[in-house]
Amino acid sequence: MKFWRQPGFWLPLALVFLWGGIVLVLKQDTIRETTFTVMMFMALASSLNILLGYTGYVSFGHIVFFGLGGYTGFFLISEMGWPLYPAALAGGALSGVIALLVGLAVLRLRGAYFALATIGINEAARAFVSNFGPFGGATGLFVNFSAYEKYGGAGQALWTTFTFLWITTLVVLLVSYLVKHSRFGLGLQAIREDEDAAMVMGVQAPRAKTITYVISAFFPGIIGTLYFFKNGNVEPGDAFQLHMSIEMLVMVMLGGMGTVLGPMVGATAYQGLRGYLLTSPIFKDLHLAVAGLILLLIILFVPAGAVGWVRGRLPALRRVLE
Amino acid sequence: MQLISSLTDGLLLGFVYGVAAMGLTLIWGVMTVINLAHGPVIALGMFGTYLFFTHLGLNPYLALAPVALFGLLLGFIIYGMAVHRVINAPHLSSLLATFAVNMIIIGLGTAIFSTSPQNIDYSLGSMQIGFLTIPFSRLLATLGAVLFTAALYLFLYFTRPGKAIRAVANNRRAAELMGIPSSQVLALSFGLGTMLAAVAGGLIATFFPFTILSGGPYELKSFVICVLGGLGNPLGALLGGLILGGLEGLIPTFMPVSWVPVVEFGLFVLVLLVKPSGLLGAK
Repeated sequence: MKFWRQPGFWLPLALVFLWGGIVLVLKQDTIRETTFTVMMFMALASSLNILLGYTGYVSFGHIVFFGLGGYTGFFLISEMGWPLYPAALAGGALSGVIALLVGLAVLRLRGAYFALATIGINEAARAFVSNFGPFGGATGLFVNFSAYEKYGGAGQALWTTFTFLWITTLVVLLVSYLVKHSRFGLGLQAIREDEDAAMVMGVQAPRAKTITYVISAFFPGIIGTLYFFKNGNVEPGDAFQLHMSIEMLVMVMLGGMGTVLGPMVGATAYQGLRGYLLTSPIFKDLHLAVAGLILLLIILFVPAGAVGWVRGRLPALRRVLE
Repeated sequence: MQLISSLTDGLLLGFVYGVAAMGLTLIWGVMTVINLAHGPVIALGMFGTYLFFTHLGLNPYLALAPVALFGLLLGFIIYGMAVHRVINAPHLSSLLATFAVNMIIIGLGTAIFSTSPQNIDYSLGSMQIGFLTIPFSRLLATLGAVLFTAALYLFLYFTRPGKAIRAVANNRRAAELMGIPSSQVLALSFGLGTMLAAVAGGLIATFFPFTILSGGPYELKSFVICVLGGLGNPLGALLGGLILGGLEGLIPTFMPVSWVPVVEFGLFVLVLLVKPSGLLGAK
């Protein structure tokens, strides 16, 4: 089956490509900021989905890779004077290496034990970075303003960062599709359904899980660097928010786990909803409670998520909505 | 000297941690659900005690009784609303369902109480034993923690509903075949779990200031304690609480205080990896 002939392959890529392209043509700062946030969560949720949706391992502290990669990239930019691109890739690479080391140990755990361990790793990393001198301890790091001048001033640097994020999001979606439809991805889905049976059938579960963990940690590292470069500072409280980890899970659930399009839909819907609740006069004070209620209703009544629900109802659309 | 007094301080606090963790571990032991709404319930316990004290003038220690009752009822409500439908679904569903409850409680709590810190202005002075100075509030909290633990033990081992809970924890299907109404038992265990959380919150509120968000750190501590003591083992949770409290007392004597969470969570991950059944658990 040639994947480039499948509409399901092109749909997510085309949507993100068009969206980012339009933003780049319009050149408006507010639109760029909104799109940056949505795309960032799209890419984060999609990379989490590679682990969660295909392999079935619930990583509750996935934000740790966003934080560690972000810190590394930020450190390279502000203290070592590296340019943005190699620094972001280095941030991603470091996240990947840490995922490899951590994964070798932690991926032996299953179910809730794995989820608890990932929370522990996130908290341990946050506490460690708060005490780690080179990373500025509890106050974090600030970027020297002159660092933006290489990109033609702060305003232009934000556009460069956005373009980089746009490309990263496209790559994440591409990887997500390719993993899902490869032999490797079929092995992962077998692990999700029944790990012991998959191993009996010849899936090398430990190796496959570790590779998946590394892939799903690499992209958050890049995105972390971009995000903190855009903000101009990084501190432990922002980098390792357990809350954001869970928001990523919510987005994956909302859109439908194990689908390529799901995390995209989920991230857009969640961010849109949050924007609405935060600005609406009725729900402003209760936005968290309303979001919680909606989440609860989705988990109880539509556990397959939006994309999963449509796929279940309209089999004709299954080839389009991957 | 310094060492012994900070160790005592930590151990006394450890009993209270133990009560919070027992609630979490009881729920896990009976229905393998990790209750992510544990922290907000702890915070509600704090606010419950606070409201009874400031508005009704009730002694904070007497206020624990109505707070416990509220905790039990709240547990029934949470179980019926969020947990019952996903009890047999994959872990992710119950984790997210209880997290949704967490968001609802925090959202409502922030709207009602705002996030400014409160404290219970009720001082009992302290006691002098040799070189040790122990605040009475800590001592009473420890006593309260021990009493609740003893009551839980007696309930689980010597009453019919308690025995039913242990039967369901052991093997739900077999218990159902013996005529035990498992839904009611699950709701009861969930209620007991949240009751312990609310009580722990009430005890903590007597010596630390708090906000509606204060439950979070205690929830994380409860995870660490549960894993130390073995998930699903209430007695282990009390021991884990003592270990954690002791560590919190001891570490600052030879390291900066900010390293405490590094050691705690490092230990947590290590125990999960090396002995997931906990320090007390059988191999």
